[in-house]
Amino acid sequence: MGKITGAQAIIKCLQEEGVKTIFGYPGGAVIDLYDSLMDSDIHHVLVRHEQGAVHAADAFSRCTGEVGVALLTSGPGATNGVTGIATAYMDSIPLVVLTGQVPRHLIGNDAFQEVDIVGITRPCTKHNYLVSDKDDIVSILREAFYIARTGRPGPVLVDLPKDLVASLITYPEKKPIRMQNYQPTYEPHIGQIAKACKLIMKARKPVFYVGGGVTLSDAGGELTELAKKLNIPVTMTLMGLGSFPGSHELSMGMLGMHGSYTANMAVSQCDLLIAVGARFDDRVTGKLDEFASNAKIIHIDIDPTSISKNVKVDVPIVADCRYALRAMNKWFDAEDSFSIAEEAARHEPWFNIIKEWTEQHPMTYKDDDTVIKPQYVIQMLDKLTNGDAIITTEVGQNQMWAAQFYHFNKPRHFITSGGLGTMGFGLPAAIGAQMAFPNKTVIDVAGDGSIQMNIQELATARQQGLPIKIAILNNNFLGMVRQWQELFYNRRYASTVMDIAPDFVKLADAFGAVGLRATKKSEVEAVIKEALATDNTVVMDFQVNPEESVYPMVPAGKSVADMLLV
Amino acid sequence: MKNHTISVLLQNKPGVLSRVTGLFSGRGYNIESLCVAETLDPGISCLTLVSKGDEQIIEQITKHLHKLIDVIKVTDISEKEYVEREMALIRVKAEAATRAEVLRVIDIFRGKVVDVSARSYAVEVTGTASKIQAVIDILRPIGIKEIIRTGTIAMARADKKK
Repeated sequence: MGKITGAQAIIKCLQEEGVKTIFGYPGGAVIDLYDSLMDSDIHHVLVRHEQGAVHAADAFSRCTGEVGVALLTSGPGATNGVTGIATAYMDSIPLVVLTGQVPRHLIGNDAFQEVDIVGITRPCTKHNYLVSDKDDIVSILREAFYIARTGRPGPVLVDLPKDLVASLITYPEKKPIRMQNYQPTYEPHIGQIAKACKLIMKARKPVFYVGGGVTLSDAGGELTELAKKLNIPVTMTLMGLGSFPGSHELSMGMLGMHGSYTANMAVSQCDLLIAVGARFDDRVTGKLDEFASNAKIIHIDIDPTSISKNVKVDVPIVADCRYALRAMNKWFDAEDSFSIAEEAARHEPWFNIIKEWTEQHPMTYKDDDTVIKPQYVIQMLDKLTNGDAIITTEVGQNQMWAAQFYHFNKPRHFITSGGLGTMGFGLPAAIGAQMAFPNKTVIDVAGDGSIQMNIQELATARQQGLPIKIAILNNNFLGMVRQWQELFYNRRYASTVMDIAPDFVKLADAFGAVGLRATKKSEVEAVIKEALATDNTVVMDFQVNPEESVYPMVPAGKSVADMLLV
Repeated sequence: MKNHTISVLLQNKPGVLSRVTGLFSGRGYNIESLCVAETLDPGISCLTLVSKGDEQIIEQITKHLHKLIDVIKVTDISEKEYVEREMALIRVKAEAATRAEVLRVIDIFRGKVVDVSARSYAVEVTGTASKIQAVIDILRPIGIKEIIRTGTIAMARADKKK
């Protein structure tokens, strides 16, 4: 085979990995790559800021389960992508981020648009590479995809010096990847599975606590089977929403700081906590000493460093969630020394307590016909999309209300920045999601603060002709911080008042999108209906009750006993 | 909290050491000492580090080290039978009144003089970290002008049954 340029080889390798869509922004150091890209069938989405490219690639991956790909130039292009990379890292999203680098002879010279992006992203990537030999380009890229998607997934960055990309190479044959030093554990230890299952048999008040790992390993089916079989209630983290059907009677909704009363009570009083693909984040546990303090804990996670990091675990199982849950289902199916129906019936009294909690304190809010309640907007979105839309969010109150009041019944439909909590995520994420699923309804639930962080991506949506809908819950505040100031800082609203904001309807118009506004509760439904019927990017400006707060709330570092209710 | 000596085999590639040290600084773990050099296979380096922490922290450290893609093997040597050595170069004042005393002390600790000037000796001492500390404590009243320590290296003892 003849020689091809490094750039051509990279594009060829992307195609070999099944990549059809990438997100990026050109620049001097990646001009060769862009030139080769023109000759390929890979669709490139030109964003308006590199952060948007990485978020869009990230959301593309969250929706599809495939590796997302972003292409950025050197220097500022790469540093602009860092927030996106850190966002993906915290939520374990598989990405390959390609960055251009100055030619090798200029590296370390403070050259124009040079930055040590491998150094900068070392703590926020699963792994990263500076390619230093043209014959390594393809093998490193293959390794990057392999590392990104296997084990606990995560972003991998490959920094490509311009001279290597321009040089001629022989495209290497594809070989199976074997890495002596990287071999994630997928299969659970069968003894640990038996131990866990026996603990479940003994438990009278068990609870499933499931996180993003269940979605990442596509274990929703196995989880649902096991929970239903044994009649065990399920609570999900923000990242886990949708992995178990939110409308099912065994679902207690989300737990943690803004989780449901039921879920938090159940975790605090359970005698067995089965954690699956979750990492005992501080927003979930609150005060550690009082988190599930009466319970034995089973923890399934593919990453050994997650286990016993915050909470001491009784039965650790290092495995892919799907493999582990499948093994547990098998164990229960194979055991004939007891009846599963009887076992499930033993959880009935516990389930009745749980139902009582939900009756006492359902997930609700004080409705008011004189203002638009943000929760009402979410409920309307849920109703008018039959709970079937892909919802992306920004970060803050809008994110929590979306999590609380939209019923996610399917995995990969709630796309949100959980770990890093990145404002400005939702709009580029909606672009990524709509690129992945052109025929689905995609809605970005936004706040007036967050939406301004990446509002420029409206142009990207328009350029791609994406009919994404943006629902701004506009309260003229940085609402979540305002809520903390109201509760803990004597209502001193330091720098959280956003009373100067663009006219979002006019702004939409300026981008060639459609702007709609609702100032009264009675207008909400019509605005959403019109937006859903519009085949264009739509910005909905809902002028909601300014000082609405998110409840329930377990204040940071406190326990369930300190939960603030509606 | 006790000292743990952890031995790490890693790919001998640029940037690998900073992945290791970045892990410690980023998570607030301690490094008491760190020593790294090539193994018989020039593609692989051996890094010995000493860290202080309770069992849970040391467990997290070893797990995180293992998670680094370029790390091949992690062993908490202090959980086994092992030998450890450190070397120190110490420049100590050696004036007429103390020259003989310095030599005597060095001799007791099986050190040797590696550089001589009119007013000082530079001496080389090897041993466990605590032996090095003992030498330092004894030489300090005489007057230490400069000290360089290598940090600990360690090796598990051979399995006698094999």
